[in-house]
Amino acid sequence: MALRAQSGPYFGDFGGRFVPESLVAALDELGEAYDLAKLDPAFGEELAELGRSYTGRPSIITEVPRFARHAGGARVILKREDLNHTGSHKINNVLGQALLTKRIGKTRVIAETGAGQHGVATATAAALFGLECTIYMGEVDTERQALNVARMRLLGAEVVPVTTGSRTLKDAINEAMRDWVTNVATTNYIFGTVAGPHPFPEMVRDFQKVIGEEARQQVIDLTGALPTAVTACVGGGSNAIGIFHAFLDDAEVALYGFEAGGEGVDTERHAATITKGRPGVLHGARSYLLQDEDGQTIESHSISAGLDYPGVGPEHAWLAAIGRATYRPVTDAAAMQALRLLTRTEGIIPAIESAHALAGTLELGTELGPGATILVSLSGRGDKDMDTAAKYFDLYDQEHPK
Amino acid sequence: MRTVGPVIRRRNDEAAGALVGYLPVGFPTLDESVEAAIALVEHGVDVLELGLPYSDPVMDGPVIQAATQQALANGFRLTHGFEAVRRITERTDAPVLIMTYWNPVLQYGVDRFADDLAAAGGAGLITPDLIPDEAADWIAASERTGLDRVFLAAPTSTDARIRQAVDSSRGFVYAVSTMGITGARSDVDEAARTLVARLAEAGAPASCVGLGISTAAQVAEVLEYADGAIVGSALVKALADGGVEAAGELAGELARGTRPSEVR
Ligand SMILES: Cc1ncc(COP(=O)(O)O)c(C=O)c1O
Repeated sequence: MALRAQSGPYFGDFGGRFVPESLVAALDELGEAYDLAKLDPAFGEELAELGRSYTGRPSIITEVPRFARHAGGARVILKREDLNHTGSHKINNVLGQALLTKRIGKTRVIAETGAGQHGVATATAAALFGLECTIYMGEVDTERQALNVARMRLLGAEVVPVTTGSRTLKDAINEAMRDWVTNVATTNYIFGTVAGPHPFPEMVRDFQKVIGEEARQQVIDLTGALPTAVTACVGGGSNAIGIFHAFLDDAEVALYGFEAGGEGVDTERHAATITKGRPGVLHGARSYLLQDEDGQTIESHSISAGLDYPGVGPEHAWLAAIGRATYRPVTDAAAMQALRLLTRTEGIIPAIESAHALAGTLELGTELGPGATILVSLSGRGDKDMDTAAKYFDLYDQEHPK
Repeated sequence: MRTVGPVIRRRNDEAAGALVGYLPVGFPTLDESVEAAIALVEHGVDVLELGLPYSDPVMDGPVIQAATQQALANGFRLTHGFEAVRRITERTDAPVLIMTYWNPVLQYGVDRFADDLAAAGGAGLITPDLIPDEAADWIAASERTGLDRVFLAAPTSTDARIRQAVDSSRGFVYAVSTMGITGARSDVDEAARTLVARLAEAGAPASCVGLGISTAAQVAEVLEYADGAIVGSALVKALADGGVEAAGELAGELARGTRPSEVR
């Protein structure tokens, strides 16, 4: 079977639905609505039109030769999801799920967010479609992504800082699930990545695979050939699966996912789930996960809120297990250097999440050497990260209030 | 082996039904959680449900979250769960169920977990985030060891899923009284009554209602139609605020609900 044809609930040994019974009816409803929508040309057309006239699809590709000089002479081509309305790939998925919300007749949406990009995208779609909207965000993340908190509130969403556990993305998901179990009659959960219980991994992938479908043709048009490798950062894994998916059955194209290595994978402060985790169940799916001997989730760490997650989507766990994709860690420091390098050489400020893909690409380029072409998912722009970057690179004037 | 079915039947014969009491292991300390569980039984709780603290308790409200987070911060280990079961069953006759999220069992090893729970004298497992569809390993392990298996049924469950919960459970089916998570509520949902009727129609030997029950009057109301009433957050709050003695006292008060003539 073609790898592209793989659908949920299981990807090899991974995936499934490890959820309270109270959520099963809602997951079934969503899954059935999605299966019907897939067969309905009107749904696909409405989503594509929103892509064109609202998001700005297709997003362009940009070759970055000055940056590529630091990548061993490989050609580097960026898929510019940072240019989407709201600033990242997250909007692709949100518009699809918001249309489904309308189809199943629910009036309120909830979402978790780490970097705030998924929250902003969800708040945006809620404003566009007139839905009530609540966003759960770990308290640590509301502080480091304060700009996005303000954006969500301006868009009319309620932002709830989550103060339990590690106060980051995983705890925001727990809180969103609790809300959903309680308010499932009126509320749809717009999940932000390719993790979680079925149908989310499959559905979110399908809404994101447009990234790779566009990019595959764009790269062929530009270079006359498929790329040597495709790279992306991996938090839950939605931008990565989005750009990988079109290439899954192109055996000659290598796929690399870059996980957050934090302060180093030999320390306890990282979020390199596939590199350092073991199979287990978290947030409704069986996948790789950072956990202790007793199966308690270990808190992750990353300078990037969007990658600061101890789990990963089941389709990535499967692609790693069958050897179709390779996952490597990238440290905070390497990501920040790559962020500055792209900014200085090309005038493009990436999100810190996406900077992990850039840093991994620099290393990969030196391995592949001249003649290689690397397609990189530039999943988002760095506006939201200016405070982190300003502190990291000491860019504020002395008297700037910290 | 001490299972829950006979106790629930006996309590429905001699009283209005069974009182099931929940406490997390290791809160506020391992010793106090054991003493509190024993106090619950001494004051009229018929079946114990011991929660294993877990890092990501999606079915739990603020009271139980706070208690289990504290237990984890104090160094809770899975082996403490078996130790608590052993110590409690040595000193009481009540059957003890473990309530646990699925990943700890998976990491410990499903068969090894079942063996160690049975060896400790435990009655079985309540699995809030494991639906029968994903439970083949646990169903096999509990068949082999004779442990009870309590799956959940919700007001939104379809008839087919209700039948599946009934067919897959042994001991009782946990009827989720209202849509939501754990936490005391002022009125227990009418939905519970309908759900229990649907479970009975599907052939459930016993149904216990949980989520939101906090007073003797609510226990009495639930036992009008269900075989057992499950109380969690209210007991945990009593333990947090007033220690073992307060938890025992509340259990005694709740147990009046199993003798409805006393509550009216
Ligand atoms: C720009 C950007 N890239 C990547 C991610 C990580 O998510 P995923 O792995 O699902 O693409 C995020 C998450 O917030 C993000 O904002």
